[in-house]
Parts: sequence; C-alpha cells; structure tokens
Amino acid sequence: MTPMLDIRGIRKTFNAHTANEVRALRGVDLAIDSGSFVVVIGTNGSGKSTLLNAVAGGFFVDSGSLHIDGTDVTAWPEHRRAAYIGRVFQDPFSGTATSMSIAENLALAARRGRPRGLGRALHRSALDGFRDRVRRLNMGLEDRLQNPIGSLSGGQRQALTLLMATWLKPKLLLLDEHTAALDPKSADQVIRLSEEIVTRDKLTTMMVTHSMSQAANLGDRLIMMHRGTVLHDIRGVEKQRLRANDLLNRFEDVRRADLLDESAAAMLRRLYV
Amino acid sequence: MLLLIGALTIGLILSLLAFGVFITFRIFEFPDITAEGSITLGGAVAAVLIVAHVNPVLATLAAFAAGALAGTATAVLHTRFRINSLLSGILVMTALYSVNLHVMGKSNLPLLSERTMTSMAESAGIRLLGSPTLHLAGWEVGASDISSLLLSLAVAALVGLALYLFFRTNLGVAMQAAGDNAQMIRALGVNVDTMIVLGLAISNGLIAVAGALLTQYQGFADVQMGIGMVVWGLASVIIGEALVGVRDLGFLITGAVMGSVLFRLLVAVALRGGLNPNDLKLVTAVFVFGALVLPTLARRFRRPSRV
Repeated sequence: MTPMLDIRGIRKTFNAHTANEVRALRGVDLAIDSGSFVVVIGTNGSGKSTLLNAVAGGFFVDSGSLHIDGTDVTAWPEHRRAAYIGRVFQDPFSGTATSMSIAENLALAARRGRPRGLGRALHRSALDGFRDRVRRLNMGLEDRLQNPIGSLSGGQRQALTLLMATWLKPKLLLLDEHTAALDPKSADQVIRLSEEIVTRDKLTTMMVTHSMSQAANLGDRLIMMHRGTVLHDIRGVEKQRLRANDLLNRFEDVRRADLLDESAAAMLRRLYV
Repeated sequence: MLLLIGALTIGLILSLLAFGVFITFRIFEFPDITAEGSITLGGAVAAVLIVAHVNPVLATLAAFAAGALAGTATAVLHTRFRINSLLSGILVMTALYSVNLHVMGKSNLPLLSERTMTSMAESAGIRLLGSPTLHLAGWEVGASDISSLLLSLAVAALVGLALYLFFRTNLGVAMQAAGDNAQMIRALGVNVDTMIVLGLAISNGLIAVAGALLTQYQGFADVQMGIGMVVWGLASVIIGEALVGVRDLGFLITGAVMGSVLFRLLVAVALRGGLNPNDLKLVTAVFVFGALVLPTLARRFRRPSRV
C-alpha cells in the first residue's frame, strides 16, 4: 500500500550562505499511512513547524521529494497542494477572513481546490448546508452565519477553521499548534472536536503540539523532531503506553545531550582556538 | 442649475473611478497609482476610435480593455517580479504617459462634432421630449443636459450592480478573501497572484471607462487629465464610507457613488464660492489627509489616558 504522505530525504536551509543561515530540515524521511494520526513534537527550532510548512508548500524544499497519495507534489505551489490538504494554523486570525461573514468563509472552504467561477457563492441550498454542519459545533453559530468572523472568539474561530479545513474531506489534515493560542477551556473544546472529526472521517493527520498531554493522549504515532531530523518515531503499542512524563524525560535527554555537545564544543574551543 | 447638473453628471461618471479605487485600495489594500495613467488611457483610446468613426459604445468598451491591460501590467510587475506595489503603479503610470501621447498623436484631442455616447443620449433625449428645454421644479433646463445626466446615472447604476453581483460569486468572494487574508485563501487553493492580476485589471478597466465617458462628456481627451485622480477617487470612497458607515459591500458600492457625486458638488460649490482652481488639488489632498487621520485622532481623544 502506498503511504498517504511520503516524505523522502527533504532538506531546507533558510538564508543560505549568509550569517543568518538556518539549516531547518536536515534530511527528513517519513511515510505516513492512510488514516494515521501523527503527533509531532520537538523543542523550539527543532523543525516541526517547518516540516508541516514544507508539506503544505509554504516554501519549496532544497532537495528530496514529497508525495501525497502517490502523486509527486514536490514542485507544486501552495495553492495547488491545497486541493489535497486541509490546514489549521496556530494563530486563530490566520485561518479565516476577518471582514467576511461566517457564511462567506464557509463558501470559500466548500470550494477548496476546486475551480471558482461566476456561480453564486451563497445560494439557498449552500446556506442550508452551512447551517446544518455549523449547528453540530454546538456553539450557536448557526444563527449568526451573516455575522463577520471578526466578532467571534479565538476558540470559535479555530473550531470554524477546523470545520472549513475538513469541509471537503482532505487527503491530509495539517494542524499546526492549533490550540496554542487558546485559553485552556477553548483548547480542550477544539482538541475534542479535532479528535471527533479525524476519527469520524478517518483523516490522515499531522498535528504539531507543545502540549505533552495532547501528545501522549492523541494519535497513533508520535514523531519527535530535533535539529531538523526525526529523533524518535514511536507507534503502535509503545505509543499507546506513552505518558506525558515519558515525553518530558525524552526532552530532558535531548537537553542533556545538547548541553554535553555545548560543553564539549567549549572545551575544544578552549584547547585549540 | 446647469452647474448642478454638470457636477452631478461628472460625479456619476467618476463613480467608476471610485469603484476602481475601492477595489484596489480597500479590497486589496494595494495603493494602485496606475489609475492616473489608465483614466487618461481610457480617454485617449475612446477619443481616437471615436474620431475614426467607431461606434462610441464599442470605443468605450475598447477603453475598458486598454485599462484592464494597464492594470494587468502593474499587477504582473508586482506579483511576478516582486516590485513594491506603489512602485509598480508608478512605473506603469509613467510609461502610460508616453503611451497616451502615442495613442492620441498629440497632447489634446478634441471630439468636435463626432458621434459620442453623450451626443447619442442628447439627441435621444430631445427626440423623446420633443423640445430642447423642459421645466424642472421651476428651472429651465436643457433636455440634452438631463439626457447626459441620465446616461451617466444609468452607467453608474449598471456598473455598480454588476460589481455587487460579481462580489457575490465564488470568484468574487475568493477575490475579497485574497485581499483580507492571503495565507488563508492560499490554503484553500486560490492563487493570490492571479486574484491580484484580475482585481487590478477590473479596477483599471473601470477607471479607463470613467476616462472614456469623461472625454465624451467634456468633448476632448487631454494627456494631463489623469493628474490627481487617485486622490479624487480616494476622497470619494472615504466620503462614501462616512455616509453609509456599514461594512456591507452593497452599501459601500452605493456609498462610492454617493461620495463621488457629493465630492463633485462640493468642488463645484467651492469653485463657485471663489476657490482658486489652482488650489483645488491642494485642498483635495488636505481633505483626504484629514479624512485618513481624523478617525485615529478621534479614537485617541476618546480613550481615557491611563495613569
């Protein structure tokens, strides 16, 4: 069976050959099966968000390839990959158009990756469909379809963005720390909604998170990124047994190794420079 | 009375300019200066074709195409070559000055006794009314003046309605979203660059039509006619927003027409009241400056200072 997402040896260096050179991805290989829910964790600057961005097409990789459901999308621009990918961003303001109404935003999502012509965006049957699916969010938004998105709270916006990203079933759902900017209660609500949608639609999902409890409790596979590579890849029974504390220990290991590297480097500098 | 009708007519014609400025400045937040060149380009193309006895309606449509091309040029400079939006417009506007001179062959092209949309409307009006003058609320007005007023009203209403309906289509909604949140609409599969090209093409097409209609109304095209037009259009849009106050697109489009007409009337009254015509553009610029700054100042004034 071909994996839904096949990442082969991708590398990316930002600001190459300058003082600000950042080797963000240093050869990432990852194959994700259809229907798998992968949680991605890592320290700041480990490359986890960059990895998601590389898949979404926010930039082109320097080398390596990306296949979605067997199709080579390495050279596809972001808007073309969107036909396959649904996304929710960290910033609740990123996923929706503020000045436009809820209904208009949903109409935009209902045509993700499809041609947009001169047909009416908000015809009656579309509005009925919007109301039905928004009602299931249980946020009372179904009666406010004509209100601008700007009038909603961050949690409501993220829930709506999630609904929009999955309105047409995507081959791949990318969640980039999509609860990090929310208060605990909203974050909890959005996480439960994410789990519900992913399970119901059997979506292949990659979720970046900073929350160790989310990382331990969600998904069937966990990737830990470090310095632009995949450090740990935990799945199956081992992932099920994983607790938040185990993850903290792994982070601690990484930190110690880094410290060791640094002190070793400092010692070498003292000795030889 | 004649002054009033003239101001109304020009105001309605220039509401197409306000529509164009609204699309670029408000929907895309793209400060498109191309307008100053494309309004003249529209006038020049229409004038040359009309002098060559082309049907004036076709000549006006040709002006739209020419303006759309100019807008496309600016958009391509910005999206393909990553040139700053303001500079892209300045480059195309500067280039258009030469283009317009070439199109017209000289700096001023009169339409003496050619058949224009204005003259067509005038003769139709006189034929319909049966007399060259009529009495309106105690005033004697020329049937021809009323006819050209009605023509520009019809054009402004028709274009405004078309624009409103366009922004209700899937494509139109995607275009608004491209201006509102590029990241989001890209993630939903829309090429933002294509939307900018399309938006600037429509905007400058409409502005060129404003130029074509203005040329036919005043009876000549002039290579200088575009100077200051962006600020005039912006003034109309700002007045319109102040008049309607809501963020609904239908209201804003109507507001742009009202703003354009009201601005023209203000100008006419000011000139009548003894304003030196040379000061007109200075006064306009100061007005737009005030309109841009006042809301911020008012907010600062209203908010109690924290101790």
